[in-house]
Amino acid sequence: MATTTVPSSPSSKTNRVGLEMAHYKGNKSTLCAGCGHNAISERIIEACFEMGVEPHRVAKLSGIGCSSKSPAYFLNTAYGVNAVHGRMPSVATGALLANRHLIAIGVSGDGDTASIGIGQFVHLMRRNLPVIYIIEDNGCYGLTKGQFSATADIGSKLKTGVVNDLPPIDTCALAIQLGATYVARSFSGDKRQLSALIKGALAHNGTAMLDVISPCVTFNDHEGSTKSYSYVKDHDEPVADVSFIPFFEDISVDYDPGTTTSITLHDGSQLLLRKLTADYDPTNKGAALQMLTESHDKGEVVTGLFYVAPKQPNFIDLLNVMDDPLATLPESKVRPPKEVLDQVMESLM
Amino acid sequence: MGPEMYSGPDRCLLVCSRPQLISPQWGRLAAYSRCVRNGNKSQAISKPNTEFKGNPMATTHVEPQEDTSHAGQNQIINDLSIQVATVNGSGSQTANLVLLRAIFQMGIPVSGKNLFPSNIAGLPTWFTIRASKHGYIGRRRDSEYMVAMNPETAEEDVMGLKPGATCVYDERLNLKRLRQDVIFHSVPFDQLVTPVCPDSRLRKLVRNMIYDGVLAKLLGIEMEEIHKALQKQFRKKAKAAELNWNAARVGYEYADKNLVKTDPYRLERMNATQGKILIEGNAALALGSMFAGVTVVTWYPITPSSTVCETLTDYMKRYRVDKETGKATFAIVQAEDELAALGMALGAGWAGARSMTATAGPGISLMAEFTGFGYYVEIPAVIFDIQRVGPSTGLPTRTAQGDILSTALLSHGDTMHPMYLPSSMTECFTMAIDAFDLAEELQTPVFVMSDLDLGMNTWMSAPFPYPTRPISRGKVLSAEDVRRLGGFERYKDVDGDGVGYRTLPGTPDRLCGWFARGSGHNEKAIYSERPDVYVNNVDRLAHKFETARLKVPGPVIADSQKLEVGIVAYGTSHWAVEESLDQLRREQDIDAGYCRLRAFPFTREVHDFINRYQRVYVVDQNRDGQMLGLLRLDCSAGQIAKLRSVRHYDGLPIDAHSVTDAIVSQEAAN
Repeated sequence: MATTTVPSSPSSKTNRVGLEMAHYKGNKSTLCAGCGHNAISERIIEACFEMGVEPHRVAKLSGIGCSSKSPAYFLNTAYGVNAVHGRMPSVATGALLANRHLIAIGVSGDGDTASIGIGQFVHLMRRNLPVIYIIEDNGCYGLTKGQFSATADIGSKLKTGVVNDLPPIDTCALAIQLGATYVARSFSGDKRQLSALIKGALAHNGTAMLDVISPCVTFNDHEGSTKSYSYVKDHDEPVADVSFIPFFEDISVDYDPGTTTSITLHDGSQLLLRKLTADYDPTNKGAALQMLTESHDKGEVVTGLFYVAPKQPNFIDLLNVMDDPLATLPESKVRPPKEVLDQVMESLM
Repeated sequence: MGPEMYSGPDRCLLVCSRPQLISPQWGRLAAYSRCVRNGNKSQAISKPNTEFKGNPMATTHVEPQEDTSHAGQNQIINDLSIQVATVNGSGSQTANLVLLRAIFQMGIPVSGKNLFPSNIAGLPTWFTIRASKHGYIGRRRDSEYMVAMNPETAEEDVMGLKPGATCVYDERLNLKRLRQDVIFHSVPFDQLVTPVCPDSRLRKLVRNMIYDGVLAKLLGIEMEEIHKALQKQFRKKAKAAELNWNAARVGYEYADKNLVKTDPYRLERMNATQGKILIEGNAALALGSMFAGVTVVTWYPITPSSTVCETLTDYMKRYRVDKETGKATFAIVQAEDELAALGMALGAGWAGARSMTATAGPGISLMAEFTGFGYYVEIPAVIFDIQRVGPSTGLPTRTAQGDILSTALLSHGDTMHPMYLPSSMTECFTMAIDAFDLAEELQTPVFVMSDLDLGMNTWMSAPFPYPTRPISRGKVLSAEDVRRLGGFERYKDVDGDGVGYRTLPGTPDRLCGWFARGSGHNEKAIYSERPDVYVNNVDRLAHKFETARLKVPGPVIADSQKLEVGIVAYGTSHWAVEESLDQLRREQDIDAGYCRLRAFPFTREVHDFINRYQRVYVVDQNRDGQMLGLLRLDCSAGQIAKLRSVRHYDGLPIDAHSVTDAIVSQEAAN
């Protein structure tokens, strides 16, 4: 039996940076009552509170759509950008280039990511930028009243009776294949799993891509939809049971290495993955892609942490930029002295 | 426009003084007197020459020519254009740049224009070198010398020459048969190159250097300067330099033994380039950006802008790596497309970096949505637009001032953007620096509008001045500031200039956070769709644009005595206009005033200039008179009635005669 620490629900009212849960709240949501996105905002609030994230270090970023409104509904005192449709990845990239110490939480939707934003999405994944990228995935365009998106499954039916006949884009398979280093799928209704996965993402140093099935109660929660609450509940097949142990908690727990895999993340936090039905190794890229293909063919909505590579260098590391934020470097660091100009001019004479 | 647009400081005073007006003449006189000091007294006397005429449709242009007793014939010293016709990918760029540099090193004002195809190898390309003792560096329509190396274009090249021109050609092309009124010099390039370049694979690249030697002999270019220029061109590649040098020498020797010079053109050492540099506009923009303190550069390759960021990358790696840590004080990212390039620049600008991108017309189109976003959310970024002919496919390697109107009003909704309009290498450098300051002072995307001619051609320039003004980061509040103030309202016009105060993400206080979103926000950056809040917001943005009007550089004005005919021009048209002003005065007795725009929005001085002239010709290098259109948006009906248009849009840089002809014909119809 191996020994490690275990997560505990914080008993005190303040977290490790001395803030209360109220400090992590956002504005009142204007989304529909029962929208899965609101549950995701709640999990982000809890995760940031429990992890002791300093809100001023957080950059909340989004594109356009119902999903992209949600950054206004958590972490009110953080900084945020509600960018243009499908282009949040580039804004996030620029922000992190300017200040590598920001904690970037991007929230997108399935239309914002898999259709108009697919170009920027794939390049974000490829760069392994240190960003948490959450897709609030309901298989439809809510804000324009329920058209199919590119993550809708074949055979899924709209309220109007229209049936989708094109295959879905699996954003998780895409992200794994392209180089994202923390890839998971979850369900807005699975509080425990989603919470652990978001905390794991906060502890990860690289692109953490979370596709969260988040039913649209207004346009895509009916009989015949494969993104409804009841459909996802009935077909949810977790690959493993996930627990998160933050680096700063000091409680021991026993686990069986035969049934449980422990993953140490960048900041020293741990993810414990307890085997459920079959063996699953989340550090094996090929196996992850095969599992996603097979489970899709079986009609399962497989959830959990699919792939993780905690030690890959991220994009900012590769650029060899200074540790101090580029944004606030003093003039002495960014304007070369007159001798340099003289030298360049001399070379051009 | 509100009355506030006229309330700014009179920035133009410094640049409107008389010496500006008459500098071309002073330059010429100085050049003449230098020639006299050099011992060639005959050059000081000039007489009209009517021997060569350009386009028969054009007005007769009288070219200055000097008498000389030298060798008993008329000589024209340091005033000619050489056109070299080659196939691209054949190493001709090296031969041409060496020629250009050698002439420059002889102290003769020189400019080079590369007319190249959208192709890597195998298509026709032309390079024009103009040497002008007067210091004219704009394009000329005609050339006195032609080097015909390209079988595909040779006949047409020769047929296009003016009578009396000289043609050096590859023997194989047998061009002599084509015309009686052109001086032909046949050179057996293949025969000459074989002994100096035993490696047959390299011959194609080296054989062009032979014409450098031939021209050196025919025109009097000093071989020592060719040698020096070669050393400079090849720097550390001694073997390549030697191969090329041998080729140049063999060309010189061939010409010396076999060719008889009968044309009057000669290049002689003078002293007008000492202390000057040779550089391309894109490199000047890159240097400006580096000295502006740029920290985040995000770009997507597109001709003719790519060398802005490529050159910048080279310079930054050399001069912007922190000595203590070995880490870069910058980040440069090649983005997946132009949408991402500007998205990244704006993300970086929001987070406090000095950020930039560089692009051309198609990229500007793709950046439209993000530019509007930057305008409404109020995020600084600098966008360099190296303009070219539109659209995406077509003539991407030809020059135009094609994006003036679309950039000024880029995006949807009500948007207007400041634009700098550099004309010279020095302005590329200084305006790049100023653009970064302005973008942060105004918290908005700022454009610098270069073009292919300025960006990719080699220009002579005085060395750049080191910036004297400290970097200006605009209105940024620290956590201490915000705590002292008890909070801040991101979009409140506290100072009356339309520009609010911002905090940068990461500023450690819970009072500092704010949420950036389009136009639907109130002064506290909180979501609102109220009509009055929206109107208040966009009116403030319009007011901010009036602040821009007070901050951008005013025009450079040179008034004429008569205040009758005025010319408004910008960017690379300047060099043609400067020469055209002399042509108009000398040949047509038209004394025209000149207003060179340096930025949009137009400052008060531009309106004043139009007011005091009777007819004002606006020079554009585009079909639709785009700057004229912008002026019309900004002018009163009375001012609009005075505006006329001179347009040049064939993909080639504008030349002085095009300006002169257009004005003369419109004046005649007046």
